[in-house]
Amino acid sequence: MNQVAQPDNLPGTVGEGLVQHGVNRREFLQFCVSLTVMLALPPSMAAVMAEAISKTRRQSVIWLSFQQCTGCTESTARSHTPTLENLIFNLISLDYQHTLQAAAGEAAEQALAQSMKDNAGKYLLIVDGSIPMGNPGFSTIAGISNHDMLVDVAKDAAAIVAVGTCASFGGISNAKPNPTGAVAVHDIIKDKPIIHIPGCPPIPVVITGVLAHFLTFGSIPELDSLGRPRSFYGETVHDRCYRRQFYDQKKFALSFDDDMAKQGWCLFKLGCKGPVTHSSCATTKWNDGTSFPVQSGHGCIGCAEPNFWDATPLYKVPLKSFLYQLILGDQDTPQKTVPTGLGVGYTAVTWHKRMNKNKVAANAPDKKLTAQKGNTL
Amino acid sequence: MNQPENRRVIVDPVTRIEGHLRIEAETDAEGRIIRASSAGTMVRGIEIILRDRDPREAWAFTQRICGVCTLVHGIASVRAVENALNIEVPSNAQLIRNLMIGAEYIHDHVMHFYHLHALDWVDVVSALKADPKATSALAQSLSGYAKSSPGYFSDVQKKLKGFVEAGQMGIFANGYWGHPAYKLPPEANLMAVAHYLDALAWQRDVVKLHTVFGGKNPHPMLLVGGVPCAISIDPNRPGDKKAPHFNGISSGTALNEVGLQTVQNAIKQMSEFVDQVYLPDTLAIAGFYKDWFKQGEGVGNFLTYGEFPAKGMSYPSTFMIPSGVILDRDLSKIHPIDLNAENEIQEFISHAWYEYSVGKEQGLHPYKGETKLDYTGPKPPYKQLDLDKDYSWMKSPRWKGKAVEVGPLARVLMMYASGHEQAKELVNMTLKTLDLPVQALYSTMGRTAARTLETKIVADAMQGWYDQLIANIKAGDVKTFNESKWEPSTWPSNAQGVGVTEAPRGGLAHWIVIDNQKISNYQAVVPSTWNAGPRDAEGNQGPYEAALKGHQLHDVKQPIEILRTIHSFDPCISCAVHLTDPEDKELLQVKVL
Repeated sequence: MNQVAQPDNLPGTVGEGLVQHGVNRREFLQFCVSLTVMLALPPSMAAVMAEAISKTRRQSVIWLSFQQCTGCTESTARSHTPTLENLIFNLISLDYQHTLQAAAGEAAEQALAQSMKDNAGKYLLIVDGSIPMGNPGFSTIAGISNHDMLVDVAKDAAAIVAVGTCASFGGISNAKPNPTGAVAVHDIIKDKPIIHIPGCPPIPVVITGVLAHFLTFGSIPELDSLGRPRSFYGETVHDRCYRRQFYDQKKFALSFDDDMAKQGWCLFKLGCKGPVTHSSCATTKWNDGTSFPVQSGHGCIGCAEPNFWDATPLYKVPLKSFLYQLILGDQDTPQKTVPTGLGVGYTAVTWHKRMNKNKVAANAPDKKLTAQKGNTL
Repeated sequence: MNQPENRRVIVDPVTRIEGHLRIEAETDAEGRIIRASSAGTMVRGIEIILRDRDPREAWAFTQRICGVCTLVHGIASVRAVENALNIEVPSNAQLIRNLMIGAEYIHDHVMHFYHLHALDWVDVVSALKADPKATSALAQSLSGYAKSSPGYFSDVQKKLKGFVEAGQMGIFANGYWGHPAYKLPPEANLMAVAHYLDALAWQRDVVKLHTVFGGKNPHPMLLVGGVPCAISIDPNRPGDKKAPHFNGISSGTALNEVGLQTVQNAIKQMSEFVDQVYLPDTLAIAGFYKDWFKQGEGVGNFLTYGEFPAKGMSYPSTFMIPSGVILDRDLSKIHPIDLNAENEIQEFISHAWYEYSVGKEQGLHPYKGETKLDYTGPKPPYKQLDLDKDYSWMKSPRWKGKAVEVGPLARVLMMYASGHEQAKELVNMTLKTLDLPVQALYSTMGRTAARTLETKIVADAMQGWYDQLIANIKAGDVKTFNESKWEPSTWPSNAQGVGVTEAPRGGLAHWIVIDNQKISNYQAVVPSTWNAGPRDAEGNQGPYEAALKGHQLHDVKQPIEILRTIHSFDPCISCAVHLTDPEDKELLQVKVL
């Protein structure tokens, strides 16, 4: 760690800012260590990270909100590491974000134009919400359709982060019968790297963790075939669930407050979608590790997966579905352990029907893995 | 009425709100607003999406109407289904819902004040000129909040200085800093900026209450018939080997000894912050803006559905906040509401981008509600809306034909009028402290102050609900879910019901029609639709539009006056825009590019 730069050596940089903000070197390094742990990087990366962050000006970030509920912004505000205030005061310059920014109307649009001009080719674009293609009048900002604004701002972005299931996969607006013709960011933008952070909303520290990765390395993290960072979406909720032992022992809760539910038995028969949902809810948990839906007695609803609103009703065990047949064979009740990763293959196969292969595949250095899982199917 | 373009002040996007709102204000030559129009500019169609689905899962869809007042659309939805199917929820579930709704109020109101509304009153740049010692003296004169030393404020100022001097202003870029409408001295500005940051840290901790009961926040889990989280504590059978065995804190559910302690801590943190920071700050800031107690009233009519039942939704007389309507500021008479009466609550679309089979002039009760998307506005990109025709994705709800205001001011007035002791005390204390007459409540700042006062009332009630929950568990009652009507086979073939709640932004109701175990019609009439909706068939304005009338803009290029009044309502526009259409057979073909 000796070669780590003092975070105070360059004027106008994040390092200088941290010193001004009363953050000493030790605290700064601790922050970098916690980031590396969260991102599952080797400890040696903390030093690299510290050096990278301390030398840069705050990364310009433009955040566009389309057909959305502000849940993704709220979730970002809930992050404990890094915190929202740490992000926006020390690490990024959040130049356009409707919920938080002081300026409104024309002044807000000027701030957007200025940032796009000053940081052309370098700013990070965050999008939450889907984009309605049915009629440009279905959603406008300052009189401009969401489609036109997205295309305009994406043009000079370094990369795009689609936060939430709506921006990543279409989300709730895209659920049947999709009254407004809602689509995801990748349906419109084909020539930029796009990171998907699905979830309705995504886990707070997952949103900020992915941003931290971009800030640290200036590149996007390793993505899976659906454009999701592997570090947070590599396993299913079921894979890491603390109730997994009960599933393996075929111990199931049959109602929401029966004795089995009180003892924390598996919620599979109450409709839990944990086996087919790729998300780190069971490991990072929510709101400073307090709990996650399964721990609070409700099955996972699968909110980080494409098309989850239409896939299977919330309280139904999809025993007859293709996927569960694969996992369970012809049994009515689960008999054996679910092989990890089958869900990936399944969702990938379905999703490829909708996805333009080039776009995400360009970001996904894992074609081999996908193909391999495809073979398993 | 074609106003020349330079007489129309347009604010779009209205920022520091939830959703997409556009205000077009027509002014006279002196910059006084003659007519303001409020437009919701985004539509998703969630009620169409709900059709033909299982009523038990509607809460998850409706919750996604809004992620700021997360929870409340889920609560209204499970209550609508419970009302339709005649399901009573167990006492523990009732208490847990009260705690969750209460936490939502406190969390949402504090964040609204500091992160959405404060920058209308607080000049961030002016805080750089403050003397930290004088700031400390000011803070200590207001409350016993621990973070009030000169060193603390000096640190905050240093942070801010670095931020401003680096030339990357981020979220503070292009604010109307230095505008003469900002009246706070530098020290009060610095104190408010410090509390802006404190409130950010506070809010992510207190939501843990939702996380224990609902697994996550935003968008915690809910359940028709109760709450999803079983209680993994049984204090009465510690030595009973046949009793359910809970494997310590690592097993069972989140609702164990540790979870309860997390809830208790959150309640304490909430109440301390409200008492020591939010309430004193509101009074201090309001004292500098007394002229804002004289404008921004709205329509003078107020409606509440009521909230916080002591027994259950079937016992409205036990609600902490009563239900009713106040007309023309007359606090001596509370009119009752009949949610099922066809001629009481109706939605109009006379100036909204929808079609009714009965024509554009007639209102429809939510059970018979219908909507067909019919965008007739200008083709984007556009500069102005045609304000004499249709101009919004929001409908215009009316009670017996009248526009009414919903929200904190309506609730505080309702409690005040119905003799709620603490509400009366708090209102009188506020008026006395600020030396204002009771009429001052009907204003922009009156609305903002009412929000703070009701937060105090709710924060004080939380401990009582928690203590009752503990008492129940102690007495051996750990029931959280009524499963008698869980299976759809137990339902009648047709049913309809309405679920109400008081969301942070005001009265919220969902109407559901269930046919053959599926949703056949779903209608949400939400707070911001009541407040932000466009003019009705008679040309009557809703509260936003009426409140802006007469505002004198100091500088039409920096319309801070519009932001102050609009933000005092705490807009939530994703909520406000919704639709349903049982008749529409020509839904759009989705073209995935």
